[in-house]
Amino acid sequence: MQVSMIVNGEQVSGEIEPRLLLVHFLRDHLGLTGTHWGCDTSNCGACVVWLDGEPVKSCTVLAATASGHEVRTVEGLEREDGELDPVQRGFTECHGLQCGFCTPGMLMTARWLLDRNPDPTDAEIREAISGQICRCTGYATIVRSIKWAAAYEAARREAATADASSNGSAS
Amino acid sequence: MTAVDFRPPGFENNDQKPIGYGRMLRKEDARFIRGKGRYVDDVRLPGMLHLAILRSPLAHARIVRIDTSAAEAHPKVRAVVTGAMLAERGLAWMPTLAGDVQAVLATDKVRFQGQEVAFVVAEDRYAARDALELIDVEYEPLDPVIDVRRALAPDAPVIRTDLEGKTDNHIFDWETGDAEETERAFASADVVVSQEIVYPRVHPAPLETCGAVADYDRVSGKLTLWSTTQAPHAHRTLYALVAGLPEHKIRVIAPDIGGGFGGKVPIYPGYVCAIVGSMLTGRPVKWVEDRSENLISTGFARDYIMRGEIAATRDGKILAIRTHVLADHGAFNAQAAPSKYPAGFFGVFTGSYDLQAAYAKVTAVYTNKAPGGVAYACSFRITEAVYLVERIVDRLADELGMDPVELRLKNLLKPEQFPYKTKTGWVYDSGNYEPTLRKAMEIAGYHELRKEQAERRARGELMGIGVSFFTEAVGAGPRKHMDILGLGMNDGCELRVHPTGKAVLRLSVQTQGQGHETTFAQIVAEELGIPPDDIEVVHGDTDQTPFGLGTYGSRSTPVSGAAAALVARRIRDKAKIIASGMLEVSVADLEWRKGAFHVKGDPTRAVTIQDIAMRAHGAGDLPEGLEGGLDAQICYNPENLTYPHGAYICVVDIDPGTAKVKVRRFVAVDDCGTRINPMIIEGQVHGGLADGVGMALMEMIAFDEDGNCLGASFMDYLLPTALEVPDWETGYTVTPSPHHPIGAKGIGESATVGSPPAIVNAVVDALKPFGIRHVDMPLTPSRVWEAMQGRPQPPI
Repeated sequence: MQVSMIVNGEQVSGEIEPRLLLVHFLRDHLGLTGTHWGCDTSNCGACVVWLDGEPVKSCTVLAATASGHEVRTVEGLEREDGELDPVQRGFTECHGLQCGFCTPGMLMTARWLLDRNPDPTDAEIREAISGQICRCTGYATIVRSIKWAAAYEAARREAATADASSNGSAS
Repeated sequence: MTAVDFRPPGFENNDQKPIGYGRMLRKEDARFIRGKGRYVDDVRLPGMLHLAILRSPLAHARIVRIDTSAAEAHPKVRAVVTGAMLAERGLAWMPTLAGDVQAVLATDKVRFQGQEVAFVVAEDRYAARDALELIDVEYEPLDPVIDVRRALAPDAPVIRTDLEGKTDNHIFDWETGDAEETERAFASADVVVSQEIVYPRVHPAPLETCGAVADYDRVSGKLTLWSTTQAPHAHRTLYALVAGLPEHKIRVIAPDIGGGFGGKVPIYPGYVCAIVGSMLTGRPVKWVEDRSENLISTGFARDYIMRGEIAATRDGKILAIRTHVLADHGAFNAQAAPSKYPAGFFGVFTGSYDLQAAYAKVTAVYTNKAPGGVAYACSFRITEAVYLVERIVDRLADELGMDPVELRLKNLLKPEQFPYKTKTGWVYDSGNYEPTLRKAMEIAGYHELRKEQAERRARGELMGIGVSFFTEAVGAGPRKHMDILGLGMNDGCELRVHPTGKAVLRLSVQTQGQGHETTFAQIVAEELGIPPDDIEVVHGDTDQTPFGLGTYGSRSTPVSGAAAALVARRIRDKAKIIASGMLEVSVADLEWRKGAFHVKGDPTRAVTIQDIAMRAHGAGDLPEGLEGGLDAQICYNPENLTYPHGAYICVVDIDPGTAKVKVRRFVAVDDCGTRINPMIIEGQVHGGLADGVGMALMEMIAFDEDGNCLGASFMDYLLPTALEVPDWETGYTVTPSPHHPIGAKGIGESATVGSPPAIVNAVVDALKPFGIRHVDMPLTPSRVWEAMQGRPQPPI
């Protein structure tokens, strides 16, 4: 069957078997290997991507289901000018990854969380990533990484507000 | 503020950019945070086929007949292979790392549920899976041996009928220590405590399963194998021995590895199947197992039933420990441990204490379960050893009515006793234990916690405090004592400094997330003054790196870390001679300050390592007798293991209504000697602590009486998420290793080794009002509830 969807802002299409999983469409057909596959049963979250702005486990979504919709993967986090998303920086800054296998899914959930809750508590972060498994970090540094991104974005917002008000007074 | 450099308040000191040791952000992260890591399943080659393995649904059965005709007729199938076909090529069996043999594909019988029976190579992943359904296997079921306690019964079915003359399921008996001396110590003791302690079967379950891409070039005869391996060089040699391929025609590439924890040390049948598939079809073949395959067939860990006994005086002086272990090795003895150590390093079960005598006997048996036995960050069975001693010391404290901390403080080895030879022959290189335990108590607020516990207990609340103290033995060899299938446990390292003073370091060890690209660059930076960012670390490719046995048992820093420091020092020695020529002074008149040689007494006259590198490769004469270039290679043979230690304190609360255990706090104070990158060390500790929570409270690979694996998916094999673990509280002390060139000790497994007893000790402590003295892991709500009702149940 024919599917078409927007992936990381680009229109893509493909001729696929109806049973093809979204994770395999992304990895094997589009070559977007940043999304990983880890468990088959929606437990590990290595395959988390966004479908129409919501995190989903792409190992249990059919590519056909995603047809006509919008998908965002880890490859779509970095801005076109090469600036990293703050959650990407946060994970580097706070050692939020070791082997890197769970990282793309964690980043997608982290971005989703901060878009809805710019100043999450530790408990809210732990709740948000509780559908995902990391075998390396013991999670504390992931929590710190997401807090780093939140603090970074708060500081940037504050600076932008200050800039705007100083510009305003100058004009 | 610039977006790139800005750090929010509280995080300003995150990257200290050291030229040497210190907190430094990881070099490897750049690709992982962009989704640009390259794992085995990311490898795509032109014309690549996909392989899937048919596995046995039964634990023990005779194979009567296999019909592959329907699978072969599938339009997308390129090959279907059975054990009989491999047998014709002499490939049906392969050696295990423990010197046994294991079936690549079953020929005569299947011996565990999930055993490899046949494989299909097809045009895509889904078609390969489809074709498995078309293979018809007729089995004649046999009685399975599941309970390890019954494996040696005279009427137990014999599992390994393939071994000539084998009439039982016994693998080996291994002893250490002195039985008679230990008996005398027990006879003279005021107090003896005995306890059966089960360390259940668990699985390392790295998030990336095992897999391989085999590419055999029929023209050149060269095999390139991308595979999930922690030991690429050892694997290459074994493939040469198994497949009869010449070793120089085999290239093993370990790309990014999505976690290993010991599970990616053995050679699994799937790797061999991928190689055979590529040789048969002449095309690249990819095999990636799914999660169930990973959990039911690849290397499990533990599965030790330990009868432990401890003898002491009434005032709390520990005299002796002894134990008899029944070890379940599954259907094939495939554990990965040094050849002369069939029970791994279980011999360090004497722990961190000054004893008069010790004795252990380990009896290993075959059962109809998956093969393996050493994995999951266990330091070759030290996990089991530390759990045994730390549980039984707690049992003794309870018996004596002593505080478990006081009992440990009374018996810990003293700093002046090092190097200390244990009663089982291990020479602990260094240690200063009491400050480590005191520090953990201080961070935890131990005495206040005990007061709080008393108050809560009075209110009927179940709060527990658990302590453990461990000594690890990591960094195998030396080679005279330690080898794997005859390959000596030493590791190579090659360093080339380029003309502009940038460098490439080539390692035999293999990261699976430990951050080698950063840590090893820092080791060289410390020795040569070249910034870590100017040092490229190459690993995971047998064509590009010197020989060595790989990363497991926390070997990387103790063995290859030493190699990296020494190879850099060799470069520095040569650089010094070049510098003497450049500065026209004698070598004796030079002094090294990180990054440059200075003329003694005239610090303005100096040449940097970069200047020297250019001279080494440039025009003009070098001092007489010196070759050009600035390269060196060494193979490091460790003098001894390194012995990190640590003190852990865990606080738990148990819901009296549901018996659910909540880990409220966990304090870990580790001593791994010299600390290269504290951020990475802390990360290693954190990961191990989460493993400990998983093993203590959640994880078990259990079987029913027919041998069906009950932990065959992540819905059944429970791993901790962010909700089950606390925010770790860590601390450290520093006792450098006296024999390691930079004083560093391994850290990768300390927390996995040390944390389970702290958690179980805390739970048992919380349950004291119920008169409970021991509960076996995993301490799930149902098991704790049963224990609270007076019905403790050992796992099988």
